[in-house]
Amino acid sequence: MLRIGIDVGGTNTDAVVMDGRDVLSAVKTSTTGDVTSGVREAMEQALGKAGIARERVAHVMIGTTHFTNAVIERNHLSKVAAIRLGLPAAACLPPMVDWPDDLRAAVGGHGYMLRGGYEYHGRILSDLDLEGLDRVADDIAKKGIGAAAITSIFGPVNDAMERRTRDHLLTRIPDLKIVLSSKIGRIGLLERESAAIMNAALLDLADITIVAFGDAVKACGLACGFSITQNDGTLMDADRVRRFPVLTFASGPTNSLRGAAFLTGITDAIVVDIGGTTSDIGALANGFPRQASSVVDIGGVRTNFRMPDVFAVGLGGGSLVADDGKSAGPQSVGYRIAKEARVFGGSALTATDIAVRLGKAAIGDPAKVASIPASLAERAMTTITQTLERAVERCRLSADPIPVITVGGGSILMPDRLGDLEVIRPANFGVANAVGAAIAQISGEVDRIVSLEGTTRKDALAAAEDEARRNARAAGAMVDTIEVIEREDVPLAYLPGNATRIRVRVVGDMEALQ
Amino acid sequence: MSMTGKDRWSITEQDILALEIGAGILGTGGGGNPYLVKLRALEVLRAGHKMEILPLESLPDDAKVVPLGGIGAPVVGVERIKEGAEGVRALRALEDRLGFKADALACQEIGGANSMEPLIIAAQAGIPVVDCDGMGRAFPEMQMTAYSIYGHQSTPSAMADPHGNIVIFDHAVTEIFHERMARAVVVSQGGSSTLALAPMTGAFTKKAAIPGSYSKAIALGRTVLEARAERLDPIAAICAAEGGHVAFKGKITDVKREIAGGFVRGDITIDGFGDWTGQSGAIELQNEFLIFRRDGTTEIVVPDLIVVLDDDDGTPLSTDMLRYGQRIAVLALPAHPLLRTPQALEVIGPKAFGYDDLTYS
Repeated sequence: MLRIGIDVGGTNTDAVVMDGRDVLSAVKTSTTGDVTSGVREAMEQALGKAGIARERVAHVMIGTTHFTNAVIERNHLSKVAAIRLGLPAAACLPPMVDWPDDLRAAVGGHGYMLRGGYEYHGRILSDLDLEGLDRVADDIAKKGIGAAAITSIFGPVNDAMERRTRDHLLTRIPDLKIVLSSKIGRIGLLERESAAIMNAALLDLADITIVAFGDAVKACGLACGFSITQNDGTLMDADRVRRFPVLTFASGPTNSLRGAAFLTGITDAIVVDIGGTTSDIGALANGFPRQASSVVDIGGVRTNFRMPDVFAVGLGGGSLVADDGKSAGPQSVGYRIAKEARVFGGSALTATDIAVRLGKAAIGDPAKVASIPASLAERAMTTITQTLERAVERCRLSADPIPVITVGGGSILMPDRLGDLEVIRPANFGVANAVGAAIAQISGEVDRIVSLEGTTRKDALAAAEDEARRNARAAGAMVDTIEVIEREDVPLAYLPGNATRIRVRVVGDMEALQ
Repeated sequence: MSMTGKDRWSITEQDILALEIGAGILGTGGGGNPYLVKLRALEVLRAGHKMEILPLESLPDDAKVVPLGGIGAPVVGVERIKEGAEGVRALRALEDRLGFKADALACQEIGGANSMEPLIIAAQAGIPVVDCDGMGRAFPEMQMTAYSIYGHQSTPSAMADPHGNIVIFDHAVTEIFHERMARAVVVSQGGSSTLALAPMTGAFTKKAAIPGSYSKAIALGRTVLEARAERLDPIAAICAAEGGHVAFKGKITDVKREIAGGFVRGDITIDGFGDWTGQSGAIELQNEFLIFRRDGTTEIVVPDLIVVLDDDDGTPLSTDMLRYGQRIAVLALPAHPLLRTPQALEVIGPKAFGYDDLTYS
């Protein structure tokens, strides 16, 4: 069975056709303003190049930065009623208090705080204020707000009040689109609430985008379904993306990490994706990107999504070399490299020029960089190597040697070894993201605080694992392929009753692939 | 009670941003993340409240100064955020119980989140905060303040939660009993409350408090912000400002952390680079960084401050942020003389944390 993987980035839309582990074809096209026509074009080219019968394609997997860009650019966002249950607690910090003004304005700035919520062990903090909720419903109807985000204090420990609030609002406003924070994030009220609000603001765009992707798949003569890749490198079906578009926010770097793992067959490595201006560095553990443990900033807002722990350094193929080779980046010519780098007849001295001067790459016209003194070029390459080495060291989890996989167009800057680490350059490194999308799996997760009184750590972990498996199965994973990839229990300081935070994550293969 | 206003100074939004960094440095790895309390402080300023600092030396001898702060589990604090007026309720309850009016508030712990709690409450109550604190850094327990060490009996005290519950602790025979009883009540209030302690006189405060804590923490934060803006080395700037020195630079090669007796304990191993190439560093922590050893020799001992910074940008790192591979600088900053007396070392010296074989010198 064949799969098509697509990566819709800010500049390029890449597509690959894959048969099992083989990449049959790989193409790069330009991302279009409407996104959809670019997706269709990329699929058409990849299908044509692979020369296969379209009915053999079992599934299309799409990775997109569309929703991230909407938040960053404050575009296509809908108005949201941000409803928090938890008074009297948290009254001093209303919803969206730490958002940039323009983003808060873009979603309407409608925050409501009501009595409700739970304590850390799941006991009720305040009874739900149903009369207040009716007043909120009146206001939503009067203002014509189309979406709501409901966030209860300690909602991840007990989601009953968020669900009850949703049900009550739907009896009043049946077509209101509603997001529950407990379905989106973990402990950390403002971060989870912000994520839920952003999600609600993207629901209309998600509807439009999903319809458009579906049309593109049909227009290519494909009868199969399609899925979207999420932050953790697993898939969501179209219906789930319509409900949780924020879960795609970090899918770009995730797909590049996962693609690198697949192209090399290595499951534990550090991956460096070198682009034109920056390099993204992340780590693979068990074939999956290592997740960030703390908050992640999206468009100026702190969130606590499940996100890969990727950080960027200002070094890429277009980075400017200065100070007699002692500095490279963060200034870069970016996408203008094809005009401004010396190998292309420009006057800027870029990292790519240095690589060509030293014979590490054959790009543009090598004669145009022959006059760069060898000593300067060597010094610049040392600077570049040191930057990459430090970035990789920052990502390392242990002293054990771990391979470094380099992908992306700027990979020519990477030396063959980095300190004591071996560097691997896979075939098809330029389309690692699309490959990553094509091989995505299905996941399920549980993350909550439990009391170990009256139970054992083992039983609590087993119960959490069962629930994570059920979640994965509900999302479309094949039961016998589901395996646990993360199991973590952290006892909480300063709390009695053996309060413990338990987090279990499982993944499995998608049903259509078996 | 007369307290002239001429030498008071006002806290600005910029000061709060600087204090977030300064308090992070003085937190020596613990003290709680100041992010949420910073947001609350900014909200209080934007609501038009005045946040004022009174120099310690301007405090009249007969002034009544109430030390206070947040108490509870950090993981609850990030989810069940404070209602916002707990501190004022605790203060009013204490005043009612004892029949007095507070002239000023004092900070218990300048390191971490509790640095800003008194500023917020004092602004709401319309009184100043004295430029001092009880620790000059962060410590895990209430009895570890210079106030308690030098004889302040912190009961009666009043604890308030977001619901409106108030508990008065009428009398504790020792400061440690007060700490234990307070912890038990915090749990029943949901894990995060605010505690106002019995008032101290101005004369006692001037004798027992660590002086200049706010001006110092804010200046420290500004130093880091300015060094970053001018692309100078923030680590050198911190050392120069605090009279400290870089004890070690290296890469973390091992992080061990566990919870024992309600506290985070752990060991950090560091491989030296630069001037420390070929040497090995080790940090032991209990909520805060307590001991630093170089090649097996003990070099920094609590109560001196062990500050761990990201070597690249000078960001102070708390114990939960440390990871394998981080390039860090370990700074030794001297503890205030009030924390180094034999009397103080009994409560906050190495033996108080179970290091029976170590002596602070």
